[in-house]
Amino acid sequence: MQRSKSDVWVGLLVVLGFLAFLFLALQSANLLTLNWRTSYNLSARFDNIGGLKRQAAVKSAGVVVGRVKDINFDDSHFQATVTLSMDTRFHFPKDSSLKILTSGLLGEQYIGIEAGSDAKNLEPGDMVASTQSAIVLENLISQFLYNKAADGSSGGGSR
Amino acid sequence: MIGFFKQVGQTTRLMLVALGLSYRLFVQMVRLFRPTMKRFRLVSEQMHFLGNYSLAIISVSGLFVGFVLGLQGYYTLQKYGSESALGLLVALSLVRELGPVVCALLFAGRAGTSLTAEIGLMKAGEQLSAMEMMGIDPVARILAPRFWAGVFTMPILAAVFSAMGIIGGWIVGVLMIGIDAGSFWGQMQGGVDVFKDVLNGVIKSFIFGVTVTFIALYQGFEAQPTPEGVSRSTTSTVVVASLFVLGLDFMLTAFMFSL
Repeated sequence: MQRSKSDVWVGLLVVLGFLAFLFLALQSANLLTLNWRTSYNLSARFDNIGGLKRQAAVKSAGVVVGRVKDINFDDSHFQATVTLSMDTRFHFPKDSSLKILTSGLLGEQYIGIEAGSDAKNLEPGDMVASTQSAIVLENLISQFLYNKAADGSSGGGSR
Repeated sequence: MIGFFKQVGQTTRLMLVALGLSYRLFVQMVRLFRPTMKRFRLVSEQMHFLGNYSLAIISVSGLFVGFVLGLQGYYTLQKYGSESALGLLVALSLVRELGPVVCALLFAGRAGTSLTAEIGLMKAGEQLSAMEMMGIDPVARILAPRFWAGVFTMPILAAVFSAMGIIGGWIVGVLMIGIDAGSFWGQMQGGVDVFKDVLNGVIKSFIFGVTVTFIALYQGFEAQPTPEGVSRSTTSTVVVASLFVLGLDFMLTAFMFSL
């Protein structure tokens, strides 16, 4: 096959395109840290999950130890059922508790897992009993206003 | 009154003819994929012409779009005290929208026009008819290699555009304004998904490559074989291709990101 001068340049173009894709995939989207590890499932019921989404992080002490796999509504308890897929490297005691937390003021919601003190660990498929719902801002404000109003009326009554 | 109806009828008919003709040409070029790949030399020459010579304008524009995104994004985000999300803003808007779309518009202006003018002049100089007389199919020898070269080149250029834009956003955000580099990249990596964002951007740019290259080739192939006709075709390449890219972009975005 005869060579031509443009071959080098087309090759360079393709290499450059490949590098750009690599940059997009690794530097901006972080492909390598995708979890290819095996995981085990846990589930939990929450009264209110707020803005929690699938793929949200499960963090313990700030370190990602799992992801939210699925969110469903359970109409026998009228609660949200959240399935977590946890990294098999990490195990937590049976009486660990889950909390829905927010990263920053306007950030995403994630689940914080706090280790308990039980000797036994959570087994795959177990349900975490102790959960704390997401804080809904409207409820917080209405509670605050209600307390304020109660303070005001009681103060007026004593005078 | 009758003249008016005659005109409407004729215009409709001509549009239908153009649509049918372009569809036939499109199917012909898609079916010529394998024979064209056998003579990859022709495709690679066109990739050199379309890709390498567009590289300078694409990377410089990408860099400047990134600069502007960095400045404007910072202006908006700092009002909410969340300027650390600048990296995410720059990366998402480039990878999902601006990369494929602006790159396709530039590609239509830089490469599409030259394709149209080249083929239109070949037609005006009766080179295409001469080829046909020699028993060589001009669609297989001239149009198909250019078409596939454009289709292959466009995603590469869009990726280069997005990468340069992110580097531009980094230069403005981190080096000039002084956002923490860790949160710039960290927020970006947390928010950009390889399959949902990057891959969909690549699919978009591939479709835009098909659209822009095909419109340019069709306009050249159907140009009036006069200097005036070639110039008119070159203009309508830019107009039609830009409109198609923007319209298709809306449909593709609605389709992809609603899933």
